[in-house]
Amino acid sequence: MRLDASRSDSRCFWLWVCGTATAALLMITSSAAADSSPSKLPPSGAASCSGCHAPAAVAGTVPAIAGLPAQEIAAAMMAFRADQRPSTVMNRIAKGFTDEEIRAIADWLASRQDQAAKP
Amino acid sequence: MRTGSQAGRIRRPSRRSVLKGIAAGTAFVACAPYAVGQQSQRVVVIGGGFAGASCARALRAFAPDVAITLVERGRRFTACPFSNAVIAGLRALDQQQFGYDALSREGIEIVHRAAIGVDPQARQVRLDDGAILEYARLVVTPGIDLRFDAIPGYDESATEAMPHAWKAGDQTALLRRQLEAMEDGGVVVMSVPANPFRCPPGPYERASLIAHYLKTSKPRSKLIVLDAKDAFSKQRLFEAAWKELYAGLLEWVPLSFGGQVTEIDVASQTLVTEFGSHRADVANVVPPQRAGAIAEAAGVADRTGWCPIDPATFESRLQPNIHVLGDAAIAGAMPKSAFAANSQAKVCAAAIAQLLRGEAPAAQKLVNTCYSLIAPDYGISIAGVYYPKDGMLADVEGAGGASPQDVPLSFRQDEARHAESWFGTITAEVFG
Repeated sequence: MRLDASRSDSRCFWLWVCGTATAALLMITSSAAADSSPSKLPPSGAASCSGCHAPAAVAGTVPAIAGLPAQEIAAAMMAFRADQRPSTVMNRIAKGFTDEEIRAIADWLASRQDQAAKP
Repeated sequence: MRTGSQAGRIRRPSRRSVLKGIAAGTAFVACAPYAVGQQSQRVVVIGGGFAGASCARALRAFAPDVAITLVERGRRFTACPFSNAVIAGLRALDQQQFGYDALSREGIEIVHRAAIGVDPQARQVRLDDGAILEYARLVVTPGIDLRFDAIPGYDESATEAMPHAWKAGDQTALLRRQLEAMEDGGVVVMSVPANPFRCPPGPYERASLIAHYLKTSKPRSKLIVLDAKDAFSKQRLFEAAWKELYAGLLEWVPLSFGGQVTEIDVASQTLVTEFGSHRADVANVVPPQRAGAIAEAAGVADRTGWCPIDPATFESRLQPNIHVLGDAAIAGAMPKSAFAANSQAKVCAAAIAQLLRGEAPAAQKLVNTCYSLIAPDYGISIAGVYYPKDGMLADVEGAGGASPQDVPLSFRQDEARHAESWFGTITAEVFG
């Protein structure tokens, strides 16, 4: 009897282990699936921005721009390009981009909400 | 993807024969405990500097399903940007040092070995422990090697007496110690190479910050900069600032006035030029350079010692499926800088993600910004925007250039602060 009981306990234990392991595996798989959505590829020129512009949480004296409204970013770039907004280096950089490129960069940066300032 | 016949080209020893091989100390091709023969697509990155580490991380974000192995001998990376401030005593060396834990946490496999060979046909990298890594695509970012065959008398052993400090680390600390130990009234001599070399404005920033140290701590001393060329990056800005801040203390000797060092005598601390010789109390010799040795071993370096690449994908012109980034690459108008390496790495990672998915990568514009400190609160910059044109990276006309000439001091102070902010941002993006 005791033997049978212990066998049954053991079976329960292994069922529990298998169940837990399966659940854990499912969790891992689903979190891996969540992690494995690739970041949207940056449009021409946009990959360079983060060399100076950090995410809002860690930005230094150079302002964070990821997650700002696209219109705001595009307007700033166009003003820098026209030397209508004071800057140290952005006027020199903005002159390298067309209207279309600026709008694409602005849209992509605006979509980076994970790096935006928390309200 | 690799084919079966390619896979069959390398002998696959049994576990026992591997153990026997290791026991016998033979250097035969062995399977090692790193990811070998994975089913999924694997990208191997050689080199964990700004180019390699940036590329691995960007690829992790753009292609989460791709397995990534970063091969880097060192466990800590010492960054060159701002290392001139260490030499001038304005900063501690450990502020320049970064590890790879963040990359590991993202699932990038880090192998702390040296890559010693590449078989581009079989798509395999050989490590110094005999292990073989297979790749779908390889990214080679070895940075620079110093050419110890370029200046007679300046070989590797000479660096212990006359540091180059052009790879940051022990050499940086050595040059700092030598400057500290020098008597007031001493002569510091720098030797600067012809183009191309790592960090074009770097020697002039270094000269500026050494001059700052001498001016504030050893004002009777002198700094002579022997240059193998007649023009350099941000020259007008540097020369104007030197006149203003370091007149009588810093002397720049261009090529046409005898700046080229033709021979070095370590025993007498003497640098010989075409026009005469200079005895130094402290000598800093930045020798000519070429791409790091693995570039030649992989067959991606040409006769210049540097690596020609496609400007849209950074794929080697000499070997398929191998990309070269950063200082080792011939990137046209783009300088050999940490910022450029980081920009290139993200563009290359996007291109690799697309190539592995069977898509055609789009050509991208790239940006570079380089800051230089002339004094702790006096910063200048040069910027550029580049695009693939006629097979090279060309300047976008009308964009970029150096900081303006006539601006209030507050502008220089702002750029000094931006320089520091840039260093914090880029090192956080790459290693943090």
